[in-house]
Amino acid sequence: MLQGWIIVCASFAYIGFLFAIAYFADKRADQGRSLISTPYIYALSLGVYATAWTFYGSVGRAASDGVGFLPIYLGPTLMMILWWFVVRKMIRISKINRITSLADFVASRYGKSALLGGLVTVIAVVGILPYISLQLKAISTSFSILLQYPEIVMPAKAGATGIFNDTAFYIAIFLASFTIAFGTRQLDVAERHEGMVAAIAFESLVKLIAFISVGIYVTFAMFDGPADIFSRALAQPDLASLVAPFGAAAGTYMSWIWLTMLSMLAILFLPRQFQVAVIENVDEKHLNKAVWLFPLYMLAINLFVLPIALGGLLHFGTGSVDADTFVLTLPMAEKQEWLALLVFIGGLSAATGMVIVETIALSTMVCNDLVMPLLLRVTRLRFMQHGNLSMLLLDIRRAAIVLILMLGYFYYLVAGEAYALVSIGLISFAAVAQFAPAVIGGIYWKDGSRLGALAGLSAGFVVWVYTLLLPAFAKSGWIPQEIIEHGPFAIELLKPLQLFGLTGLDQMTHAMLWSMLANIGLYIGVSLLGRQSAAERIQATLFVDVFSQTGDRTGFWRGTASVSSLQSLVGRFLGPARAADLFDTYAKSRGVASADALESDARLVRFAEIQLAGAIGAASARVMVASVVEEEPLGVDEVMAIIDEASQAIAQSNELKIKQAELEVATRELRSANERLRELDHLKDDFISTVTHELRTPLTSIRAFSEILHDNPDLDAEERTRFLGILVKESERLTRLINQVLDLAKLEAGAAEWRIATLDLRDLVEDATSATEQLFRSNRIELTTDLPDNLPPVVADRDRLMQVMLNLLSNAIKFCESGIGRVQVSLRCEDGSVRVDVRDNGIGIASENQQLIFEKFRQVGDTLTDKPQGTGLGLAICREIVGHFGGRLWVESALGSGATFSFSLPAQAASAT
Amino acid sequence: MNFSVPGSQRVLIADDEPAIVLSLEFLMRRCGIVTDIARDGEEALAKAASFAPDLILLDVMLPRRSGLEVCRALRGQEATRNIKIILLTAKGGHTESERGLSMGADLYVVKPFSTQELVSQVKRILESATGATDGGAR
Repeated sequence: MLQGWIIVCASFAYIGFLFAIAYFADKRADQGRSLISTPYIYALSLGVYATAWTFYGSVGRAASDGVGFLPIYLGPTLMMILWWFVVRKMIRISKINRITSLADFVASRYGKSALLGGLVTVIAVVGILPYISLQLKAISTSFSILLQYPEIVMPAKAGATGIFNDTAFYIAIFLASFTIAFGTRQLDVAERHEGMVAAIAFESLVKLIAFISVGIYVTFAMFDGPADIFSRALAQPDLASLVAPFGAAAGTYMSWIWLTMLSMLAILFLPRQFQVAVIENVDEKHLNKAVWLFPLYMLAINLFVLPIALGGLLHFGTGSVDADTFVLTLPMAEKQEWLALLVFIGGLSAATGMVIVETIALSTMVCNDLVMPLLLRVTRLRFMQHGNLSMLLLDIRRAAIVLILMLGYFYYLVAGEAYALVSIGLISFAAVAQFAPAVIGGIYWKDGSRLGALAGLSAGFVVWVYTLLLPAFAKSGWIPQEIIEHGPFAIELLKPLQLFGLTGLDQMTHAMLWSMLANIGLYIGVSLLGRQSAAERIQATLFVDVFSQTGDRTGFWRGTASVSSLQSLVGRFLGPARAADLFDTYAKSRGVASADALESDARLVRFAEIQLAGAIGAASARVMVASVVEEEPLGVDEVMAIIDEASQAIAQSNELKIKQAELEVATRELRSANERLRELDHLKDDFISTVTHELRTPLTSIRAFSEILHDNPDLDAEERTRFLGILVKESERLTRLINQVLDLAKLEAGAAEWRIATLDLRDLVEDATSATEQLFRSNRIELTTDLPDNLPPVVADRDRLMQVMLNLLSNAIKFCESGIGRVQVSLRCEDGSVRVDVRDNGIGIASENQQLIFEKFRQVGDTLTDKPQGTGLGLAICREIVGHFGGRLWVESALGSGATFSFSLPAQAASAT
Repeated sequence: MNFSVPGSQRVLIADDEPAIVLSLEFLMRRCGIVTDIARDGEEALAKAASFAPDLILLDVMLPRRSGLEVCRALRGQEATRNIKIILLTAKGGHTESERGLSMGADLYVVKPFSTQELVSQVKRILESATGATDGGAR
């Protein structure tokens, strides 16, 4: 007799057996004798596509829509037969780039964007919740029904019994613990779970056998074969329509097409399908057999759907028994208890298979692409001190698994009764279909950009929520029905089921149309209108051209880090023993005896990055490795490489850490300055060649001393300090030079931003002199001013004029002798302009040089002493500035008797004071 | 007159950038080479005669006389014809290097240079020099 405890024991026994298979397969994998590397297991594992929805829901759907249940299986079949090469490309890309999940795939393709990975994760989790709740509903419903044996009673509505009496709640908890035990025992570098795959393959077999068994029983034992069932069905008019394809009940052409396409996308983008088809794939060649094995499986499991549906309708009539339960209630009605138990186990198998794989896939995404990037952003520094992080990662995953299942249960409470099983599942299909543009575009269209993917995904998701999720909640009464009937705030055009007045479509088609329109439209539009970063371009090429890439791509790291630091970084996430293992194997593959003898070059860095990506996802791995290597992975210019060498030389000196910070700032400024430089493409040729010439001079000493410091670790402290000091000074010089060059170029090109205002020159001059007071004092040079009142104002940019004043004043100081130097600043108004004079009594300027000094890079001074510290650009810049406001800048001087620099600006009409 | 210490080589560094001069001095010193410095073209010519180096590291952009002029002048004089010359310049490009080599330089190095490269070139050129001029035992 089928009492509760028998059912429960049978279930536990079955689950226990599954666990044993998984455990055994994992053990064999660890020994290197993989159990699952046969195409048959691969194809069977793809069967995880058939869940409790297939098991129970197909029959339910067939009972109302006849052959209309088929598109959902046609899709995957077509996908495999016609477009298997898409899967192959995804497999190849994932293997090479160590992709660990769907979110990782998307994030990696679009420049290793953590934001995109997070978005995909959120969409996946929210989208799959209905699907998970479906499984919970199926298990708890079938359990409740079976419990009532031999009576056939439809169970109470979800939530009617309160949470703690609800079977579904306990099922959710149980599934969570089982999944945790299954999938989070250890952190695998490639996120492969051989045990899980073996168990799933076995489950596919069990559910197939169970379904076929009940199918055979209904067709041949309860009736006299298929002919009998069909003829009887045709005899009843309301059942006859079910048999005809494209009959009114079976749905229109439109919905067939949409459903087929939807399921084609689902077979790729459901997280569990991606997991088993791509991530868990052991050998690409298995795909060749799977191409026909999987459709065969689909055929087999669908063979008896229609007969069972018709048989159920014939036996029970319409209305009293929920068609979703026919597979169970038919054997029950015929008192076949063991068959019923088998069916229950089959359904359990289908549901647990789905939940385990889906939840493991989702928890991996949540951990790697949602939690880890957030953690890294928030606690970057403290993170680096953590010891073994693999336990932390596993805990995050376990928490995610529990969370997901609890959310699935709550969805079941909130919206589980709104629809039949099939409709619930289709909502999830529509959600994961949103990934299609970004992924398929990603692997075939190099111009697909990160922003495009973000825009498309977000838009598609929003429309999905609005047109599918919202109505589901409304139907269950959790949000007011008015929104569905009249649109939010009574805006008729925004009715969730008839957006913008589009009527005549069933809900699914309607939702798919709008969401795909928004998704694809924005993806393509934003990608075309925007630009990709260098990182995106590289990833795009890696993905789209994956089949034409051969050999060892050394990756794009310019700097290096020591072998030990890389190994300990990897060890923190994978465990030190494992990291040592990996590095030693890598060393041998490079022809070196052991990891210590490895040369720390860009390839090693890339290797470390790939290993880490296997544990924490590509985006986070890049961040971690970048923090060890201390530089951007995409240096594109010789200048960058040299500057980076300088950074590392300084980093090695503990006493001068502060200098290191300063150098890093200069490096960053230099980098962005270099970027800007390259954008100013209308510079004259001689300017360019002069500038590069000037830049190379300090660069030469920077490079030379970097290399000297690097190659001579035994330098004595005094020399070391001296050289480091030179490095800093020359870097500063280079920075100054570049800043001024850019300033000048911007000014000459008319690209500078001016903040025009009416100014009082007297104020300005006073500010300038007080700003330089200290400088005058420390050089012991006397400064006097002659600034009358009531001068007319001028119109100019205050900061820029200040720049001019400071330049003239510091020049004056430079060319005066300390102690006897005197500088006088005076203001005059003459001929409609205001004039400023800066007179010094220094060494003066020879007449042949007086025009020269305003030219770019020209300096004059005592050439027997040290080279002047300036850049030679100051006066050129001043002239540009003054000239821009319609003024003049000139000098009067004689050698040996000082110099007077003057500039004038047009006076404005004096305003009433 | 040649005051060479037996076995040690001499290099004249002609550049007006003090930092570069310092680095070159250090590199030469590390190789046991004796150095002297010139800060402009005139000084370079003078010291080429007085210091009698085996090799000159000659910057192209020198005040008072450009490196190329110095090079040509050195090649034109009997006493200094055989001194090896490495031109250093911040200008790249084929035309520049051809000009330099046509002036008689032995090598043309673009700044920024690799110190290891430069040192090995210096050694190579010095070795070939002693090999050529030294007929037999030293």
